[in-house]
Amino acid sequence: MATIIGIWIAAGLTLFIYSFLYKDNHFYKFAEHLYVGITAGYWLIYTWAYTIQPMLLDPIIKNKEFILIIPAFFGIIMLTRWFPSISWLSRWSIAFTVGIGAGLGVTGSIQGFILPQLRSTILPITGFDFATFNNLLIIFGVITTLVYFYFSKEHRGVLGQGAKIGMTFIMIAFGASFGYTVMARISLLIGRIYFLMFDWLGTIF
Amino acid sequence: MLKSKNIPLTITFIVGIIMIVSFFIPHRPFGDIEQISLKWYSIIAGFTMLLGVDSLVGLHYRKIKRKEENWQHSIVLIAGFLMVVIAGIVGTVQFGSAFDEKSFFTYIYNYFIVPLQSTMFSLLAFFVASAAYRAFRARNVDAALLLITAVIVMLGRVPVGEVISPYLPKFTDWIMEVPQMAAKRGIGLGIYLGALGVSIRIILGIERSYLS
Repeated sequence: MATIIGIWIAAGLTLFIYSFLYKDNHFYKFAEHLYVGITAGYWLIYTWAYTIQPMLLDPIIKNKEFILIIPAFFGIIMLTRWFPSISWLSRWSIAFTVGIGAGLGVTGSIQGFILPQLRSTILPITGFDFATFNNLLIIFGVITTLVYFYFSKEHRGVLGQGAKIGMTFIMIAFGASFGYTVMARISLLIGRIYFLMFDWLGTIF
Repeated sequence: MLKSKNIPLTITFIVGIIMIVSFFIPHRPFGDIEQISLKWYSIIAGFTMLLGVDSLVGLHYRKIKRKEENWQHSIVLIAGFLMVVIAGIVGTVQFGSAFDEKSFFTYIYNYFIVPLQSTMFSLLAFFVASAAYRAFRARNVDAALLLITAVIVMLGRVPVGEVISPYLPKFTDWIMEVPQMAAKRGIGLGIYLGALGVSIRIILGIERSYLS
């Protein structure tokens, strides 16, 4: 019974949202506000269940890991934004998290992206086959795309030609990404229509 | 003294440098610092969730109090929020975890959040299509390339593409793996080089906008 009620709720909310295709209306606004409220509550509970409790409270209480009082302190002073007279304290927490992010930004950018991507770009171009042609195209595409985003010098002459070719590669990439995104959205749409046709109407007929 | 920006700048500098040093010295005590820092980062970020929720609920509470336009919908938002939070607390007390399969919290997730989320995203299919109709006019060679590539990728990903030509899915794969990959890689390298530069500026205290 609970499942059938759940299916009817889900179907109702689905139709409420699709009503926006006709025009903005109160049914859509109802579903939209409900979605925002429910999602905020969900993430609050999720943060408690998967971050605060297992990473902070349990280790302090059960394992006596008192070192965790430091992030707890920074977390609590983040909440001083509620009190204007001491809200400057929250800058310490922001500085701490920004410091971690910046540190990881340096090492993570180099190790996690720049070096592996460069390694994958420096490909062999020794043969006369299709694979070599593809490798050459990848190398050429990466370099010309980078040239397009190089703004320290005016795009004239060789630089201008390189930037133009880079633009062509970028357009192909955007077109491909767009097509890919559209297909992903359409597969979601098919999923919702399937739900309405078989799961929901299946409870009636 | 305590209110000055020098303290947060020093904190950022020390933490940033420790993170970099820990990367180059993978031995104790530096070796574990990256993992510990990520854990601490999650804990502090967890507290910021309270600020976000307070901001959202506070905004809608004020909307109801002042009876602003469409204030009735704000009641729905706050009611939805309270319903999930109460369900989460009850689920935790009753089953030990709000995420237990039998809890009402999981029921809300399955029959409220999942359909709402996927329908919201599927709605974009219509708007992307209508935006494409307006924007995809082959005014010049670049726009034509964008249009042609998008059409080929869309057709190559559905069965009808194979019916039109058995080479179409293969050509789609080639587009994704070669020219698309090349441009994506170039853009990515630009982004990460930029991120690297900004990170160094932040650690050295040149970039301070996050403190304002």
